[in-house]
Amino acid sequence: MIHDLLSAADLDADSATLILDTAVEMAAMADRDIKKLPTLRGRTVVNLFYEDSTRTRISFEAAAKRLSADVINFSAKGSSVSKGESLKDTALTLQAMGADAVVVRHQASGAPHRLATWVDGRVINAGDGTHEHPTQALLDAYTLRSRLGGIAGRHVAIVGDVLHSRVARSNVLLLHTLGAKVTLVAPPTLVPVGVSEWNADVSYDFDAVLPSVDAVMMLRVQRERMGEAYFPSAREYSRRYGLDPVRVSRLPEHAIVMHPGPMIRGMEITPEVADSPRSTIVEQVANGVAVRMSVLYHLLGGFK
Amino acid sequence: MTTFRIRGARILGGDPTDLLVRDGVVAAVGADADAPGAESVDADGLVALPGLVDLHTHLREPGREDAETVLTGSRAAALGGYTAVCAMANTDPVADTAGVVEQVWRLGREAGLVDVQPIGAVTVGLGGERLAELGAMADSAASVRVFSDDGHCVFDPRLMRRALEYVKAFDGVIAQHAEEPRLTVGAQMHEGVVSARLGLTGWPAVAEESIIARDALLAGHVGARLHICHVSTRGSVDIIRWAKARGVRITAEVTPHHLLLTDTRAESFDPVFKVNPPLRTAEDVEALREALVEGIVDIVATDHAPHTTEDKECEWAYARPGMLGLETALSIVQDVALDRLGWDGIAERMSRTPARIAGLTDHGRDPAPGVPANLTLVDPAARRQVDPGSLASRSRNTPYAGMTLPGRIVATFLRGEATVLDGKVVK
Amino acid sequence: MGYPASSASAASPSTQGKTILETGDIGRIIDRIAHQILEKTSGARDVVLVGIATRGVPLARRLVERISTFESVDVPLGVLDITLYRDDLRLRGARSVGHTEVPPEGIDGRRVVLVDDVLFSGRTVRAALDALKDIGRPRAVQLAVLVDRGHRELPIRADYVGKNIPTALTESVKVLLTETDGRDAVVLQEETA
Repeated sequence: MIHDLLSAADLDADSATLILDTAVEMAAMADRDIKKLPTLRGRTVVNLFYEDSTRTRISFEAAAKRLSADVINFSAKGSSVSKGESLKDTALTLQAMGADAVVVRHQASGAPHRLATWVDGRVINAGDGTHEHPTQALLDAYTLRSRLGGIAGRHVAIVGDVLHSRVARSNVLLLHTLGAKVTLVAPPTLVPVGVSEWNADVSYDFDAVLPSVDAVMMLRVQRERMGEAYFPSAREYSRRYGLDPVRVSRLPEHAIVMHPGPMIRGMEITPEVADSPRSTIVEQVANGVAVRMSVLYHLLGGFK
Repeated sequence: MTTFRIRGARILGGDPTDLLVRDGVVAAVGADADAPGAESVDADGLVALPGLVDLHTHLREPGREDAETVLTGSRAAALGGYTAVCAMANTDPVADTAGVVEQVWRLGREAGLVDVQPIGAVTVGLGGERLAELGAMADSAASVRVFSDDGHCVFDPRLMRRALEYVKAFDGVIAQHAEEPRLTVGAQMHEGVVSARLGLTGWPAVAEESIIARDALLAGHVGARLHICHVSTRGSVDIIRWAKARGVRITAEVTPHHLLLTDTRAESFDPVFKVNPPLRTAEDVEALREALVEGIVDIVATDHAPHTTEDKECEWAYARPGMLGLETALSIVQDVALDRLGWDGIAERMSRTPARIAGLTDHGRDPAPGVPANLTLVDPAARRQVDPGSLASRSRNTPYAGMTLPGRIVATFLRGEATVLDGKVVK
Repeated sequence: MGYPASSASAASPSTQGKTILETGDIGRIIDRIAHQILEKTSGARDVVLVGIATRGVPLARRLVERISTFESVDVPLGVLDITLYRDDLRLRGARSVGHTEVPPEGIDGRRVVLVDDVLFSGRTVRAALDALKDIGRPRAVQLAVLVDRGHRELPIRADYVGKNIPTALTESVKVLLTETDGRDAVVLQEETA
């Protein structure tokens, strides 16, 4: 197994599949009365969050605690970090504390890569800037697999602000590794220059893509993007790229609707779609804990 | 003043000969180059070049003496074979008045290792809004001839036009940092395949090219001299070629790092590779090398940009852009272009032409009897591994750490005084 | 000291070495243990058989089948993968986690018979007891093994033993079962480090 999980590209098909398989067993445990395993007793997992993300932090915290690891939450707010301590000094502090794993969320792309050069413990990227969010891609793959029965040969549309989305980057990498076909759907302004090298098709026409997909993954679109002239208005965005009941009716019967959350109802997805049986949004959250348990187990399990 | 007898040097790579350096000038070349009591410098196998001239150096003093001072930067320059450097204006306070440029000029004189020629800011405080007192800087003891807001683009086209016109009065030149600011908001690296993958905001080539095109047209319109700093893209080369063919008085520089490194270096997220303009693609690197050989890009300038460890050992987005360059520039040019340029071509692009652009009449002259003894001796056969810890610069942000580069400066002379001997700085 | 390789390895072990038990022997032992369980538990009342992955599972399944044949009782069957309860994660590293299946009736108040192929250090059984504790609260837990090879490192003993095989620490005991290995046998071999 790899030393750190910084990018979805760190995982080959075998290791990704192993993580997903293990997550199935971890998920089974969640149905028991005692949701706890002794596996990581005595290990220390630090959640180092420079960016507010309650859901991701809680997910990692639950995952680590269910494996009996000691969890230290180190949030940028109210700590020495907000007093201007550098990432490197923070890293050295964590190193001295004997952190076996550092789960890091940071607004700067590549911060986990930097951190990994300064600490011996495992580094898990919990989302860095507009770069990657590999555990989100793993939990999305888990959800796809459990809903569709597999990933290889399936067609997934990733719709929205691809340019600024770490979720999209990690998903394109992992879904390709696992044999899925990916189509990115976005206005041209929200697709990066250089996307041609990605293992994905690009379409500007959501309606044309709908009939052929097994899953639609909606990305959050921040309203601030309007001010930067990526699109003219929220209304126009919704009309062209939002998922509403009419578009859902054009999906194949079995196709599912995914969203990494937090979603902006009415912008990229209408409330009735978000709450429909096709939506996996709540399930994705539960799967997140199981997948993160599996990641922690496999990374820390190999640690001597 | 010591008299030096340099024995067996190959001037511009020619046949070995002796040089006598006395009273600040090259007193004699060839068989009669000897004098009683002259200190002998063994230059067997060494190439003698006119002292290098850097049109683009950041010495950080005043303001950021923790990153570099005029003295430490001068040491780095002398060790790199330079006898003159042009100090960029983005200090704190900004070099936008006669007072500041004279202070920098004086600090250079006190250090006494290279001629430090200050560059004046084009606009007050590099703010891009009001012209600085360009004439006062030109008339000062520093005799400023090159003006630049480097680090910032002179973006307002009307202001740029006025600046180009105004400095004609004293044969000045505007050195433009070509960067369309609206196209580079938050930019972190070259916009392309790698930035798409790394999720770093892109710095598109067009942001450089559009400004160069505009300014070339402006300079042609008002008949002024224009110099383009750190050209980094294939498209810029095309535009400069076009402008030169049209008769525009335009010159351009390329940095050593843009001749060697590409944007894939960002994959490590190590900000030592963060620079502005950013490292580009292999295609751009190839085009820049061609342009340098062809003479479309006139000179190599280092854009030596020292930064403290705190400003570099951090997240990529928070790091300051810039790289050290003075101590490695000649090695890199030797590495990428000696086979096509020869030593004469290197002297043209790293000494004579930059001296001419900057108006430094004592520099950029080939060693010959009667010429000011500003020269350097390089051992082209030497190879060295770059060790950041052993650089003379106060900062450590070299992108070449661990790389093995050809060539080594053995000695440098400034007006007949040795600033470097045996590869070590004299003071 | 880790776990006996025999119960941990899912891959079929090599069959070089001295054969201790043949197909017929194993069948007779299963029959005997099935009878013993019936005898000691008043006709397998409230019994749940739980096989410890990997080779404890087919053994448990065979016992369920034999008990049903002898007394027409349907004994619930569970599967326990103890990977996440091992105490040698730091020594051996993470490995793939097998499937754990609790019978629908659960194990609360039941008499659980753990089934494994080889009893060696006792650490696997210790891990299995920990795992059981997290699944429910059995009235009693018993242990059935095909082979007891000695060298216990923990105060653990089996209630039902197929065969005691005295071994040296340098030897290993390989259990082969038709379900996992294509044939039934127990082989004693010299460990090649």
